Amino acid sequence: MLRYIARRIGILIPILFLVSVLVFLMLRLAKGDPAMAYLRLSNIPPTADALEEATRMLGLDLPLWEQYLRWAGRALRGDFGLSWVTGQPVLGEILYYLPATLKLTGMSLLLTLVFSIPLGVLAALRRDGWADHLTRAFAFMGVSMPSFWFAYILIFIFSVTLNLLPPMGMGGFAHIIMPATSLALMSTAINIRFLRANMLENMHARSVLYARARGLSERRVIWGHVFRNSLVPVVTSIGMHLGELIGGAVVVEMVFAWPGVGRYAVMAIFNRDFPILQCFLLVMTAIFVLCNLLVDILYAWIDPRIRLQGDRT
Amino acid sequence: MSCETAFWQRRMVIAAAFLAAVVLGGALFAPLIAPNDPLAVDLTIRLSPPGPGHWLGTDHLGRDVLSRLIWGARASLGSVAAILCLVVLISTAVGCLAGYVGGKADAVLMRICDVFLTFPTFILAMFMVGILGTGMVNVIIAIAMTHWAWYARIIRSLVLSLRNRKYVLAARVTGSSRTRILGRHILPPVSAQLVVLATLDIGHMMLHVAGLSFLGLGVQPPSPEWGVMINDARQYIWEHPRLIMLPGLMIFVSVMAFNLLGDALRDRLDPHVSKGMGA
Repeated sequence: MLRYIARRIGILIPILFLVSVLVFLMLRLAKGDPAMAYLRLSNIPPTADALEEATRMLGLDLPLWEQYLRWAGRALRGDFGLSWVTGQPVLGEILYYLPATLKLTGMSLLLTLVFSIPLGVLAALRRDGWADHLTRAFAFMGVSMPSFWFAYILIFIFSVTLNLLPPMGMGGFAHIIMPATSLALMSTAINIRFLRANMLENMHARSVLYARARGLSERRVIWGHVFRNSLVPVVTSIGMHLGELIGGAVVVEMVFAWPGVGRYAVMAIFNRDFPILQCFLLVMTAIFVLCNLLVDILYAWIDPRIRLQGDRT
Repeated sequence: MSCETAFWQRRMVIAAAFLAAVVLGGALFAPLIAPNDPLAVDLTIRLSPPGPGHWLGTDHLGRDVLSRLIWGARASLGSVAAILCLVVLISTAVGCLAGYVGGKADAVLMRICDVFLTFPTFILAMFMVGILGTGMVNVIIAIAMTHWAWYARIIRSLVLSLRNRKYVLAARVTGSSRTRILGRHILPPVSAQLVVLATLDIGHMMLHVAGLSFLGLGVQPPSPEWGVMINDARQYIWEHPRLIMLPGLMIFVSVMAFNLLGDALRDRLDPHVSKGMGA
């Protein structure tokens, strides 16, 4: 198991290195001179002297690879530079807004699990019955609905018409219900479809046939064999869709004025505050990668085939 | 599957094809169909309810909602078409090179793919738009850049599985050149799969485009686009929910139609890869 984890992290390191190179290079694609932007946003008159000094200060006169090394060295120590707008350390700003986003995505993940697992199982067990049809129709609509539109429908029903829930902001439990629900819709729908398909496939597996032949009760066959084996790929699928959840959070935060990091990043785009954007991308990617690593480890722990298969190669 | 279910599924697919055709027709013939100029501002009739002259009413600047919805189809489908063209071009080139040539080229290209697959797609697209600047063209580039790697991976594995088939080996033995083998024997079956993949993804990409436009990063106002229309109407949800509901309904219905079509096409063309694809 430890060997598996070590190998998995070993694969990640070169990829993360290339990720950082890519992010660094993409920033160089940006229109306009960063030194100029720095001067404009710091309200320093852009004289030739000031421009030259800013260029030197930002290290823009060095060769590209040296710029990268300096940037990566600082980034590894948690120094992503200063925001061009507020002049504050970028990482601090991002970490200040991050908990709200994590709260939102965490809640959505919870909702996804709570709804998709029973519904997926129900649809598979009652195949072609009305429960199956209803669940599938719901899942189908769920994957086709833009989250922000669903969010406005919720606002219209629960805030405008019924006056039950607050339409925006963060506060008590009532504030998180609608944002988390809108964010969870897509992943719930995807999960239901995936779990149902897996269950149906596993019902015809030989191990299940054998379990039946041994005379196990139907309940034990379904829960001990079919369900357990179907849950494993679902864990991976959730890890993969976490990216969608993180991305979707940006849109949902905008709708509900949720004070999260996504909303902050959208403002940064309009301000052309590149250090913030860069840090935002790196932090979100790090979270995504970390979650997937955890999922993979969990997966290998549940299913010995995975870690043994790797050991032989 | 029971007979009855099959019957209903057929019905659904026909309905979906019809809806998709309507949306596509709207996109293609927007200038001919739209009853009014989608950009014509008339503040004297702002926020007027549906009625003669303006069948679906007007928005906060007095622009005709129906015309904007029709033109919105063009913005949405047009950008998705451009994205898919880019994605197919890049990923076919990369996938064929990696799968058919193999060796070092394969290793390098697949590492590059891995890097692109490491990011959460929507966040990477946001970042790219932030760097390149807002606007439809940049949104198209950003979404294409965040999706090609998925396709390249799949195409590579298809090419790998095809290149050792007997008919390909036979072509090689008879002295066909590499390009001829690729063009005549490997690309045709790959492109069949690509069509399925692309159709399955149209809805997903429409949602991406609409999401970025909703954030104000894509199509810039006053150009009509569904996501932009919803964003424009945010503050009118109390008195005029219609302005939010209609464009959203357009997104929802078209995405659903294309998703249904994609599912049907997949079940038809390859019953094996029936799950787990697409995100």
